[in-house]
Amino acid sequence: MGKTPQNLPKNDSRDNSSPTQKPGATKQSHPLVELTLTRVREFLREPEALFWVFAFPVLLSCALGLAFRNTGPEKLRVAVESSSDETMQSNASLITAALARSPDIEPVVSTPEEAVRGLRSGKVALIVRPRNNHESASSQEHPTGTSNPAETKNAYFSFDYRYDPTRPESRMARLAVDDALQRALGRSDRVVARDEQVTEPGARYIDFLIPGLIGLNLMGSGMWGLGFVIVTARGRKLLKRFAATPMRRSHYLLSFIFSRLIFLAVEVAAVLGFAWLAFGVVVRGSLVAVTVVTLIGGLTFSGLGLLVAARPRTVEGVSGLMNLVMLPMWLLSGTFFSSARFPTPLQPFIKALPLTALNDSMRAVMNDGVSLASNWSQVGVMLAWGVLSFAIALRIFRWQ
Amino acid sequence: MSMEPASEPRVNSLMAQPLALRCVALVKRFGDVTAVNGLDLEVYTGECFGLLGPNGAGKTTTVEILEGLTVPTTGSVEVLGRKWGEGADRGLRERIGVQLQETQLAEKVTVAETIRLFRSFYLRGREVEEVIRLVDLDEKRNARVGKLSGGQKQRLAVACALVNAPDLLFLDEPTTGLDPQARLKLWEVIERFRGSGGSIVLTTHYMEEAERLCDRVAIMDHGCVIALGTPNELIASLGAEQIIEFSVAGTLQEKPLVELPGAHNLRSTNGGYALTVSNIGTVLPALLDELERQQTKLETLTTHQATLEDVFVNLTGRMLRDG
Repeated sequence: MGKTPQNLPKNDSRDNSSPTQKPGATKQSHPLVELTLTRVREFLREPEALFWVFAFPVLLSCALGLAFRNTGPEKLRVAVESSSDETMQSNASLITAALARSPDIEPVVSTPEEAVRGLRSGKVALIVRPRNNHESASSQEHPTGTSNPAETKNAYFSFDYRYDPTRPESRMARLAVDDALQRALGRSDRVVARDEQVTEPGARYIDFLIPGLIGLNLMGSGMWGLGFVIVTARGRKLLKRFAATPMRRSHYLLSFIFSRLIFLAVEVAAVLGFAWLAFGVVVRGSLVAVTVVTLIGGLTFSGLGLLVAARPRTVEGVSGLMNLVMLPMWLLSGTFFSSARFPTPLQPFIKALPLTALNDSMRAVMNDGVSLASNWSQVGVMLAWGVLSFAIALRIFRWQ
Repeated sequence: MSMEPASEPRVNSLMAQPLALRCVALVKRFGDVTAVNGLDLEVYTGECFGLLGPNGAGKTTTVEILEGLTVPTTGSVEVLGRKWGEGADRGLRERIGVQLQETQLAEKVTVAETIRLFRSFYLRGREVEEVIRLVDLDEKRNARVGKLSGGQKQRLAVACALVNAPDLLFLDEPTTGLDPQARLKLWEVIERFRGSGGSIVLTTHYMEEAERLCDRVAIMDHGCVIALGTPNELIASLGAEQIIEFSVAGTLQEKPLVELPGAHNLRSTNGGYALTVSNIGTVLPALLDELERQQTKLETLTTHQATLEDVFVNLTGRMLRDG
């Protein structure tokens, strides 16, 4: 036994043995098309995934939009201390009446204990403490006390402030309250300035937030969407089964990117549409530019998702890696507040993060209406991340 | 090896065929563990070749090396005249069909969609509808994989291995965990493929499966082939056709039993004895006489035709399913 033909011609002994075999006769779709279709089907048949990708970002922007909505300037809450002392009581009511006339201040009469508690917990921005008239205006330990010796025409009272100068609203309250009380005591303005108030779309917090949320969503769905599916398929030995076919490995990985790009459009349109309807957020640049930025962002994070999912065997393993990769971007990439707030030495690192690049270029296109060409460096950062991640993922991908 | 030509005409004609697969001195180590320990195999074109052995014998590792999924530590593999890793892998994969032991296909996708996906990977092959008919899943063609029974899932797995009308089909424990009916259905699918002239390498730890499907069987244990031949040859190598299993109350002198004319081998089993005999007609009365002489009370007695299981037990002292 043991005849080993050196060149076994293809199909030699079986050409006529199987009547069912029709080589070349089958009309056959491209593997990339079939793989992408399978991805799309699997996704659409997974209701939870649909929720997280489409409903979640809309809910999130809704919640944040409501929390930070522009309802006109809020009144500053200020505590006015009062006690059983009669003079204190009458002073407190004079002060409260003076403050209540100001449109920006909401005075609350409280006991000293309540006032301190309110300041500590942030319910009030400032405490006004009326002086007992016996200590009178002559006590000058507080430099901003009522040092004006001029007697008032209406009433006379004196007071001290208690607040935390590191809290911006406390400092604001200090200025507004002092202004209101000094006027009540008879100070007059030399010049009356006219206020011109501006609240135009494009400069509100929600306008800042929406592009960031889109970026965050592109990152999250790209990473989680790919990572879990790939690692699960690896655990179920499905990748090994594919590796036993002549399927091109790049086709398998590309199918993930293509299916992501299909869903991106819907995903981003849902958030943009909602933001426009609910908050009047508009795209100032061209929709084409928004689409291009979205596609490049989707590509970038699909590539990154493939890379993160290239080796882990368990869902726990890939979750850890995902968090490790995404956490710095959650914190630093300027989704909820501008990344310019971080120290200057960190800026080159922050600017090199793909989510920073995506957020910056999305804001530039949506809010400032600039062209893509002026964003070339951010686009370059994203493309570099996407292409490099894909190339490395293809090389180190674990099929078993 | 010696064989009676009259009883094995199919194998003899197969041996005139070129080899579909050959491996020489195959070794695979995972760290300290040697999973495959110097394995030589030859599979003829058109043959169904069985690797029979308990769990952990190295069957799956061997098959995955043959499929080009695992690289052997040493040794050589030639599949359809080609070696893995020499630039012809894709061409080779076009011509083989693979069913892996543990693969779970995507659950949200339907039967027809799964087969169409696998079909798209190959340049040539069968129509999707034809493959569905081949494995008898017509009624389930639009059912999602997650909704299929165990047997249907396995038939789908085999369908995915048949989409390219392969020359060589690898099946790794295709019927493990299936009920008898589902197993029978899958056997029919495999027999149809074999009937059309395809070569098969099949692993199993069911002796009846190997006996029914395989032209030749290699019995594996601890990464080695410990016996090779047609099922009939292997059973004949016991020098016996029947096994008498019995249990007694009290003790038994074993020596007189082995010396009975026609008896070959006595071994103790779980709570009794198994006597391998070549002529049950003469041995059985003699055995009963001997038990009477020893004044031992017979409690149970059964007889069966010798099977591959008995071959394995005889060679290793263990049952196939003990692992």
